[in-house]
Amino acid sequence: MIVIEGATKRYGEATVVDDVSMAVESGSMTVVVGQSGSGKSTLLRMINRLVEPSSGRVTIDGVDVSTVPGPQLRRGIGYVIQGHGLFPHRTVAQNIATVPRLLGWPRDKTRARVEELLALLQLDPKQFASKYPHELSGGEQQRVGVARALAAGPKILLMDEPFGALDPIIRLKAQDDLKALQRRLGATVLLVTHDMDEAFRLGDRIAVLNEGRLQQCGTPAELLLRPATPYVQQLVGSSDRSYRLLALTTAAEAVEAGPAEGLPGIDGGATLREALAEIVWRDAPALAVLAEDGKPLGRLSLQAILARGRPQ
Amino acid sequence: MTGALALRLAALALLLAFLFDPAAFAPVFAPLAQHGAPAIYSQASLLDLTVSHLRIVALATAASAVLAITLGILVTRRAGAEFLPLSRAIVNIGQTFPPVAVLAVAAPLVGFGEAPTFIALFVYGLLPIFENTLSGLQQVSPAVMEAARGAGMGPWRRLWEVELPLASPQIFEGVRLSTVIAIGTATIGSTVAAKGLGEVIIAGLLSDNTAFVAQGGLVVGVMAVLIYDAMGAAERLLLRRLGVLAD
Ligand SMILES: Nc1ncnc2c1ncn2[C@@H]1O[C@H](COP(=O)(O)OP(=O)(O)O)[C@@H](O)[C@H]1O
Ligand SMILES: [Mg+2]
Repeated sequence: MIVIEGATKRYGEATVVDDVSMAVESGSMTVVVGQSGSGKSTLLRMINRLVEPSSGRVTIDGVDVSTVPGPQLRRGIGYVIQGHGLFPHRTVAQNIATVPRLLGWPRDKTRARVEELLALLQLDPKQFASKYPHELSGGEQQRVGVARALAAGPKILLMDEPFGALDPIIRLKAQDDLKALQRRLGATVLLVTHDMDEAFRLGDRIAVLNEGRLQQCGTPAELLLRPATPYVQQLVGSSDRSYRLLALTTAAEAVEAGPAEGLPGIDGGATLREALAEIVWRDAPALAVLAEDGKPLGRLSLQAILARGRPQ
Repeated sequence: MTGALALRLAALALLLAFLFDPAAFAPVFAPLAQHGAPAIYSQASLLDLTVSHLRIVALATAASAVLAITLGILVTRRAGAEFLPLSRAIVNIGQTFPPVAVLAVAAPLVGFGEAPTFIALFVYGLLPIFENTLSGLQQVSPAVMEAARGAGMGPWRRLWEVELPLASPQIFEGVRLSTVIAIGTATIGSTVAAKGLGEVIIAGLLSDNTAFVAQGGLVVGVMAVLIYDAMGAAERLLLRRLGVLAD
């Protein structure tokens, strides 16, 4: 668990991060969201000591990070930045091997690990290992950046606008892939973005930062249903907050008992937002919710969906 | 084999032939020598003069490189940033001050011969290497540096494994430029009695013997071109090994 207590950073007169306290549960994904210049990167970089707080402290599993030498600390924490920052003079394999090499891993172990990571990120080792970063597409570079951060098997991954340089279609896929990867590895991820949709797509919890001050840190539903400040309310948007809320629940979670014969089917993993769209499109009173093997789990009525789109 | 390479090899062969057996080329230069004056300079071996000439160029440029690259590294560190304007000023003065003037000032202080020539070439060679080192180090992408730091590389590693390799094309370019400038400039060393090819040219000027001037000038010129190209080729080889240059 990462615990941030009263973290403050001043540059001269300006207080860039102002008395922020929050915790990131192990194995969860927390997204820090805020406008450009709100202090997100500074907050993130205090965790791996790329920035030293002016006051306050950060602990990881109870250990104050200021007691660990910077380079040693950073070798144990994955760090992914916007525009990937791959070493242009190193091959993909060498880039990924950066931290294992710093840690003095034996050659065989490093090579095996590089292949494993390439495969994990859907990059064919044979094809990509010996390429240089400039020979890759934006999406591939981004994935190599993630592979490099994961190379030494860190429990924590810090990501600073990791999808900022990707175009929208690739970005959605990259977000889904990251979420799946995080679940699979059980990693603790702290991700920074200025994109509220990204925050809602990815975050188990969302921390809203404005002018260096933490406005609220809570689950997406909490932000929607009980925004702590007018700023949060404005940020989560009032026009589409029902849709956001619906997008947080899956059809399988909202399934009702009852006959489902003859109803249009929907995958249990689909969100209620998608289910609503399906009902509107098909002009059906309800949907049949299907398990992964295609067997019906039950039904999902329009009323049940609508009830989930407002405070209960 | 490309035409350009063939031309260079031919030039090299001709140059070596001339240096090892200048007398054989007497008929070529004879038309330039008037009233039965000797066509080939024979006060000293041309080969010896060439070797001395190149030796002082190599020594002076190596010294310039060591100082200029070190300075360039220092002023791009956070702690050294305040020395940037001062270093730049010093290096610039070194370039503005004509080498002849440096010789005139240095000779009375350190005596005649190679020492003042070395000083003049050394001072004159600093600027191209310094400026190239500086711009090479400054153009390394901030995202790359941030990633290096974020991965847990210390300052030395970042310098050695990231900054210098990525800056090396420019640094090499600076060294190459300084070398070629020094090959030409070293001829003035002969005015303070340093052994070098300038001796041939000056002897030609003093005795009004165009043949001497031509052979001294040609050897220097052809050498400058060949060395410039050879360094370029060596550079590409090295950069490829550093991964900085794509195949
Ligand atoms: N090293 C620094 N020196 C001075 N000001 C800085 C420094 N780093 C960041 N800032 C300022 O702090 C504010 C927050 O920066 P940052 O944390 O990068 O914001 P964000 O990532 O949310 O865009 C900005 O106004 C930025 O100009
Ligand atoms: Mg930022």
